[in-house]
Amino acid sequence: MQRFPCPFCGLRDETEFHFVVEVGHPRPEPAEDTSDADWAAYLYAYLAPKGAASEIWLHLTCGEYFVLHRDTVTREVTGSDPLPGAAP
Amino acid sequence: MSGWRHDTLGSTIDRNKPLAFTFDGQPLTGFAGDTVASALMAAGVQTVGRSFKYHRPRGLWGLGAEEPNAIFDITHNGYTRPNQRGTLVSLADGMEVRSVNTAPTAAKDRWGWLDRLHRFLPAGFYYKTFMAGGWMRWEPRIRALAGLGTLDPDHAPKGAAQINAKTPLMVIGSGPAGLAAARAAAERGQAVWLMEADAALGGSLRWRGGQIDGQDPQSFIDATRAAINAAGGRIFTGTTVWGAFDHRLFAAWQREPQRHWRIRADRVILAAGAIERPIWFANNDLPGVMSAEAALHGLRLFGALPGKQIVVTTANDSAYPVAFALAAAGVDVTIADARPEGPKADGVKIRRSATVTAAQGRTHVTGAVINGALQAADAILTAGGHTPSVHLWCQAGGKLDWNASRDALIPRPNTADMTVVGAANGSFGLRAALSEGHSAGDGHPPAPSANVEADAPYPIAPVRPDPALPGRQWVDLQNDVTLKDVGLAAREGFTSVEHLKRYTTLGMATDQGRTSNFGGLAAMAAQTGRTIPETGTTTYRPPFQPVPLTVLGGPRRCELFNPPKRLALESAHRDLGARFREYGGWLRPAVYGDGDEADLAQQGAATARKTVALFDASPLGKLEVIGPNAGQLLDFTGYVRMSSLNPGRARYGFMLRENGVIFDDGVVLRPAEDRWIVSASSSHVDGVRFMLEDARQDRLARKGVAIHDVTAAWTTLTATGPRARMMLENAGIPVPDMPHMGVVETALDDAALRIARVSFTGDLSYELSVPTHHADALRARLDRALAAVDGQWIGLESVMILRAEKGFILIGKDTDGITMPHDLGWGGPREKRADEYLGKRSLFTPEARSNNRRQLVGLTVDSAPLVTGAHLVPADGPRTSLGFVTSSYQSPVLGRPIALALLADGRARMGQTIGVFNDGTVVEATISPLCAFDPGGERLHG
Repeated sequence: MQRFPCPFCGLRDETEFHFVVEVGHPRPEPAEDTSDADWAAYLYAYLAPKGAASEIWLHLTCGEYFVLHRDTVTREVTGSDPLPGAAP
Repeated sequence: MSGWRHDTLGSTIDRNKPLAFTFDGQPLTGFAGDTVASALMAAGVQTVGRSFKYHRPRGLWGLGAEEPNAIFDITHNGYTRPNQRGTLVSLADGMEVRSVNTAPTAAKDRWGWLDRLHRFLPAGFYYKTFMAGGWMRWEPRIRALAGLGTLDPDHAPKGAAQINAKTPLMVIGSGPAGLAAARAAAERGQAVWLMEADAALGGSLRWRGGQIDGQDPQSFIDATRAAINAAGGRIFTGTTVWGAFDHRLFAAWQREPQRHWRIRADRVILAAGAIERPIWFANNDLPGVMSAEAALHGLRLFGALPGKQIVVTTANDSAYPVAFALAAAGVDVTIADARPEGPKADGVKIRRSATVTAAQGRTHVTGAVINGALQAADAILTAGGHTPSVHLWCQAGGKLDWNASRDALIPRPNTADMTVVGAANGSFGLRAALSEGHSAGDGHPPAPSANVEADAPYPIAPVRPDPALPGRQWVDLQNDVTLKDVGLAAREGFTSVEHLKRYTTLGMATDQGRTSNFGGLAAMAAQTGRTIPETGTTTYRPPFQPVPLTVLGGPRRCELFNPPKRLALESAHRDLGARFREYGGWLRPAVYGDGDEADLAQQGAATARKTVALFDASPLGKLEVIGPNAGQLLDFTGYVRMSSLNPGRARYGFMLRENGVIFDDGVVLRPAEDRWIVSASSSHVDGVRFMLEDARQDRLARKGVAIHDVTAAWTTLTATGPRARMMLENAGIPVPDMPHMGVVETALDDAALRIARVSFTGDLSYELSVPTHHADALRARLDRALAAVDGQWIGLESVMILRAEKGFILIGKDTDGITMPHDLGWGGPREKRADEYLGKRSLFTPEARSNNRRQLVGLTVDSAPLVTGAHLVPADGPRTSLGFVTSSYQSPVLGRPIALALLADGRARMGQTIGVFNDGTVVEATISPLCAFDPGGERLHG
C-alpha cells in the first residue's frame, strides 16, 4: 500500500487516490483542427516512463486534483504540488 | 513405529498434563506443550500423510512453516480447521487429527497403488493425456485423487479484528540476531516492535542453546524482553509477518487473540533465520527421513526422537551438535559426512567421505545405503546446509546475490528498504548473528559475545542433487516433484525457473517451496550448464505462509462485505410492505406487497398508467453547480448546451467521456439564474462530480463556480400518472401551473420544497424534493392522499417497465462501452454545436462516422418476452452477431412484450425482421421505434 501526499490533506493511503493523466499531456485545442492520429495519441498514447514521473492524481476523499512526483520503479514519492490557481 | 519420547528431556512439555487425542481415529497421548507434530513423533506415528500425486507414505520432515508433509484437518471443540501444519499447531486435549487426501487413513491409503504407475505419470501427465479426451470430463475424478483438506461448512469463525498501526522500528524474528537488534535499539530508548511467529521468543537459541555473555540464552531473552518493555516497545509472539508491501507496510497475523495487523514501520530489521536444506538420494521421501535441525528441535523442546538407530548425512558442521545431542539421549548415531575431514566426533560413529545414496524401506526407513553398503537405521537425518529466509526481503523488492562460501543466495545490500541480519543474511553461527543484530540496532559496542562452542565456524561443502544416482529422488515433497521431472522440464524447454515451477508445480504447494526451491533451482542449473545466479529464483510473493481468509477479510463479509447505501425512508418503505434489492449500490424497494414479484411489478406499472404511483427517487444524484461561470462549465462538460436553459426549466442531456462514449445521462435543472442542479444517475454521482471538478479545477482554474454534492441531503419522492396532480392537491401540496420540464422552488410545512415536472415514465410526473429531515412528513402527506385516487407505491421493478415502454434508457444497460449519443438518435448537438465540449472530437473519427454502428432500437415480438443479452442474428444466412437485447419486459399497458436492443445500423432496418438467438433457438422479432407507448407524448403534455 503506497502512500501519497495530498497537498491539502497530507499523507494518505493510495486507495484514496485515482490516477488521472500524465503531466505534459495537454488537450489539443481547438480539438476539431486536430488530426485523427493526434487525437488518438492524446486519448491513448502515454509515455508511462520507467523511473521519474510527474502525474495528475485525484484525491477522491477531498476532491482535489494535484501533481504527484514519483518514481515508478522504486515507488519513491518525491513530492506533490497543487494545480495552478489552488492554494492548499 | 520407531519414534519415541525421552524420559527427561523436553523443555516445553509438562509431563503432569497428559493430553488425549486421535490421529486417523487411533487414540494417542501427548503432553501439554507438545505440537501435534511432536506428539505424533513421540507416539511413534511414522506415516502422517500421503503424497499429493502418487499417494506415497510421508512422514514428518521439518519443524515449522516449511513442513511439507504433516498437514492435517484438525477437529477441536466441534469445529474443523483444514490444512493445518502439525508443526505449528499446539496440541489440545480431545483433538481429532486427520491426515488429508487419504482414504481411509494415511497408513492404509487405498490409492497407494498409484505410485506403481509413476513411470507413466511424469510432470504434465494429466494435462497432456486428458486434454484430448476433454479435460472437463476427467477433471472431477482427477481432482478427487489429489487435493488437500476438507472445509467444514459449519465452521464460520468470526473475522479477525483489523488493526492499523505504526512503529518506528520493527524487528522480524526473535532468534539471536533479532533479539540482539531489538535489545540494542531498546537500550537506546527506541520503542521496538519484536515479531515472533513461534509461541516463545528465542528462535534457534531454544534448541541450539549456547552461551551469551557467559549466561544461558534464557537470561538474554529475559533481559531483551525487559529492555523492550522499558522503552515502550511491544512483543508479539504467535504472530507471523506474512507480507511486505509498498512503502514499508507489513501485514501480520496474530493468533491469540486473533488479529490482523497492518503495520507501517519507519525502519525494519529482518531476522527471519534460515531453513535447513534436504539432501537428495533415492527414496529420500520415506517416513523417517527428516531434517537434522528438526530432530534437534524435537529432542530439546519436546523430548521427541525419530528413532533409536539414526544416520545423519551432511557436508557441514551444523549436523554435529545434533548427532552429539542424539547420542547423549541414548541413540545409536552414525554420521555420514561427505567431506574427507570434519570435526572430531566422540561418542558417535563417523564415516568420512561418505554419502547416503538411498533410503531403504517400504513404508518407513529400515536402512541407509552409505557408499554402496547397507546400514540398518530407523531414521535418516539430512543436514544439507541452510537456505536464508529472504521471503520478506524479496517481497519488498530486494535482490539476491550468490555467495559461494555460504552456499546460499543472500540479500544484496541496499536493494530494499530493510536491514537483514543473522542467518537470513547468510551469517550463520551465533557470534555472527549477535554481532550483526547488535550493529543493526545501532547498539553501543561491544556486541553480546557467544561462547566458541556454540559458534561453529561453519565450513559448508555444497550438496547438490545427483542425476546419475539410480532411483527416484524427491525435490518437492508436498507437490510430488522428482529430480527426473526437473530433467524432463529441461528437455522439453521449460528451462526458466518460472516455467519449471509452473510445468512441474515445483514450489507451488502451501509450503511455498521452502525445502524444494533450492534443490529444483540447483538441479535446473546443472541440467542446463548454468550457474545458480544465472538460473535465478522464482518471484517471492505474499503470503509467507497460508493465512485464513477470515483473518484477511475480518468483519468484511456478508452484509458488511460491500454495504449498500440506504434510503432515509427505508423503514417507512418496509412498513408499506416494500421488498428491497440493491440497485447501483443503493438498497431500494423492488416491489411492494406479498406475492410473485413479476406480478407485483406488472400490477404497479399498470396502476401508474391508470391512476397514480409513488416511488422513492432519492438516490438520483443532485449536484449543485453554482456561480457566474456555472453555465460555461456545464457547456464544456455536457453534450447538450445548458447555459441557454432558462431559469425555472430543466433539460435532458448527456455527459461524454473524452473518447465520445456516453458516461451518464440525466436532467439538468436551473432553478435560479446562477444555480444549476445536475441529476446524475444514482450509481454515477461520484464519477459525474469528479468530471465536473476536473473542468472546474483545471479548465476554469476554480474561477466563478462551485460544485456541491447534496444527494444525501435531499429526499425525492416522485408521483407519476394521470392523477398525479389531483393527488398532490388532495395532499395539500401547492402545485403551481408549470410546463413539462418546469422547476419551482417553494415551501411546505416551513421547509424547502422543490417541484420538478420531469418524467421518467412518459406520464405526468412531479418530482418532489425536500430536505431529508422532512422526508417522513412528505411521505405521510402523500401516503394519506394515495387511497382516494386509487394509487399505490411502486418499486424499481415497475419503474423499469414504465421507462422501457417509453424507450427511456439506462446508461450501462441500454448502452455499452462504445455507445455514442448519435447511436441513440441524439445526433443534434453533434451536428449543430460549434463550441468545444468534452468528447466532441471523438464523435468525428472514422469509427464514429461509420454507418455500421450499433444503434438503439425497439423490438416487437409475438412470442414471450425476449431474453436480455440474447444476440441478434440475420433472419436468414449465417449466424453472425449484429447486436444484442439490452432490456426486455412484458408491458401491462400494451399487453405484449417490449424490448430495446443495440443493433448494427439499426435505424436503417426499421420494420425489418431479425433473428434473436438464445440457447440454441432463434425467434423472429420486428425492428421498431424505441418508444412503444404514447409516441406522440400526449399523456405528458395533456
